[in-house]
Amino acid sequence: MTSGVLTYLGGRLLGAIPMLFLMSLVVFAVVYLIPGDPVDAMLGQDAEQSARDALRRELGLDRPLWRQYVGWLGRVAQGDLGRSIRAQQPVRDLIAEKLPATLLLTTSAAVIALLIAFPAGIVAAVKRNTFVDLLAMVGALLGVSIPSFWSGIMLIIVFALTLGWLPAMGYVRPSTDPLAALRHLILPALTLGSVMAGSVTRQVRAQLLQELSRDYVRTARSKGLWEPVVVVGHALRNSLIPAVTVLGVQFSVLLGGAVITEQIFAWPGVGQLAVNAIVNRDYPVLQGVILTVALLVTLVNLAVDTLYVVLDPRLRIS
Amino acid sequence: MSSSTRASGSPEPGAPGAPPEAPTEARPARARALGRLRRSRLALVGLAIVGLTAVVGLVAPLFVTADPVAMDFGALLKGPSRAHPLGTDQFGRDVLARLVWGARLSVSIGAAAVALALAVGVPIGALSGYAGGIVDNVLMRCMDALLAFPALLLALGLVAIMGPGSTSTMLAIGIVYTPGVARLTRGVVLAERPQEYVQAAHALGQRDGWVLLRHIMPNCVSALLVQASVNFANAMVIEAGLSFLGIGTPPPTASWGLMLNEARAFMSSALHVAIVPGVAISLAVLGWNLLGDGLRDALDPRLTD
Repeated sequence: MTSGVLTYLGGRLLGAIPMLFLMSLVVFAVVYLIPGDPVDAMLGQDAEQSARDALRRELGLDRPLWRQYVGWLGRVAQGDLGRSIRAQQPVRDLIAEKLPATLLLTTSAAVIALLIAFPAGIVAAVKRNTFVDLLAMVGALLGVSIPSFWSGIMLIIVFALTLGWLPAMGYVRPSTDPLAALRHLILPALTLGSVMAGSVTRQVRAQLLQELSRDYVRTARSKGLWEPVVVVGHALRNSLIPAVTVLGVQFSVLLGGAVITEQIFAWPGVGQLAVNAIVNRDYPVLQGVILTVALLVTLVNLAVDTLYVVLDPRLRIS
Repeated sequence: MSSSTRASGSPEPGAPGAPPEAPTEARPARARALGRLRRSRLALVGLAIVGLTAVVGLVAPLFVTADPVAMDFGALLKGPSRAHPLGTDQFGRDVLARLVWGARLSVSIGAAAVALALAVGVPIGALSGYAGGIVDNVLMRCMDALLAFPALLLALGLVAIMGPGSTSTMLAIGIVYTPGVARLTRGVVLAERPQEYVQAAHALGQRDGWVLLRHIMPNCVSALLVQASVNFANAMVIEAGLSFLGIGTPPPTASWGLMLNEARAFMSSALHVAIVPGVAISLAVLGWNLLGDGLRDALDPRLTD
C-alpha cells in the first residue's frame, strides 16, 4: 500500500514538471500580453528617451520574446523574481515580507471552515430532513451566498463600529503581541472562511447522502453494525474522496478570496501587494505574486492528489 | 484495504436495466413530508429570486426611470424617500436605479460565464477521464496549470490582458471556471469507469462514445448541477469582486461590487449604501444556490424519496 502511494507520488511529481512549465508560460503571458507599453506606464508618456531606453534594457524588453522568456525563467528558477519598479526592492523580499500574513489568514480561515463544515455536514446528512438539517443547510447556503466583501463590511459594522469588541482593520505580528494578533485575525478569518465553510458543508452532506443510499451501507446496517461505524467508517470514507478534491480547489479559492479580504481589512498580505501592483503597473511584482501563489496551490494540489490515492485504493491500480 | 468499496456485485441504481430502487426503509411520514416541503418550497423560492433578478435586469429601463449615473449634489447620501425609494449615494445618484442596472450586469455576466465553462470543461473532463493515458495527462496538466491560479487572481490577470469591460470580465470568469468543471467531470468518470455496469456495456459491444455518453455521463449530472449553481454564484461574486477592487467594471457604470466599494467610506454614517447592494447580491446568489439544490434533488434518482 505504501509503495503504491510512493510510486503514485513520484509519478505526480514528474507530471508536475510540464505543468510548472505551462504555468510559467501563463504567468509570463499574462504580464507580457497586457496592452500598452509598460515603460510608458512606469515612467509616464513624457519621460526622456534615454531613461526609457535604460529601463527597456533593464527589463530586457529590447530582446526577442523567447529570449525574454528563457532569461526570465532561468532567473526565476534561481529564486530571482526581479526588482519592483515602485519599491526599488527585490520582488522576492517584498513577497517574503507579505506572505506570512496571507498564510496566517488563509490557514486560520481554512481551520475555521473545516471545524464548522465537517460536523455540520455529517450531522445534516445523518439527521436528514429534520430541523437540524434545515438549520445546517440554511447556514451553509448563507455562507456560500454572502460574498466576503459584504460579510466583511457587515462584520466590521457590527463587531467593530457598533459593539467595539474587535478592531475594524489592521494586522499585528503574532510574535509581537499574540493576543492583539488574534483579535485582529478573528474578523478577517471569519470573513474569508465563511464561504468555504458553507461550500464544504454542502459537499460533505451531499456526498455522504449519496453513499448512505448505496448497497454496501444497507449490507453493513443489516448485519447489525453500529450506526456510527456505518456512517464514519464506511460511508464517510467513500464520500471523503470527492470532498477532498474540493479541498484543493478551496485552497485556491481561499488565496483568491484573500485578495479581497486583505483589501477590506487592510491586511498587509500578498493579495494587497498584487492589487497595488496592478494599480501601479508594477509588473515584476504582479508576476512574482501570481507565480508564488500558483506554486503554493500546486504544492497543495499535489498533497491533495496523494491523499486522494490514500483514501481510494482503487485509483492505485490504474 | 477497506471492505467498503462500492463496486461490490449488485448493479448501480443508475445502471441500465436496473429498476429504480424502492425505498426499503419506511421513514416516518412526517420526515418525508418535511423533505418534500423543504425541497419544493426552497427550490420555488430560489426560482422566484432568480426569475426576479433576471426580469429586473431585462426590463430595467422600463421599470426605473431614474438615471443610474445622474448625480444630484443637493441630495447626497439621503435615506429612502418618495423620489428615491432606496435613497441616494455619495454623488446623489439613485440607489434603486443603480441596483436595477447592476442586476442586468451581474446576471448576464454570470450566465455567459457559466455556459462557457460548461461548454468547454465538460468535454475536456469526460475525454480526459475516459481516454486516460497521454490524453488525460496533457489535458489535465493544462487544466491544472490554470487551476493553480486562484480564480480571482487569474480573472484579474485576464481582465488586465483583455482590457476592462463586461465582455472581457465574462470571458475571464468563463475561462477561470473551466478547469474546475473539467476536473469534476473527470473525477466522476474516473470513479465510474471501473464499475461493472461499464464493463457490462463494453462486453455487450457498445461503442466507447455511447458508453461514455449514455451510461457514464448521467452520473456527472448531479455533481455538475451543484457545481454549475455554485459557479453561477461565484461568477456573480467574482464580477462584483473585480469591481470592488476597482479593476472590473469601470465607474460610473452601476455594478454591485463598485457600489459596495464606494459604500465602505460611508459605512458608519450612511448604512443604506452598504446594505442595499450587499443584500441584492447575496439574495441573487442565494437564489441560484437554492434553484441548483432543487434541480439536484429532482434530477438525481439516488436521492429521491
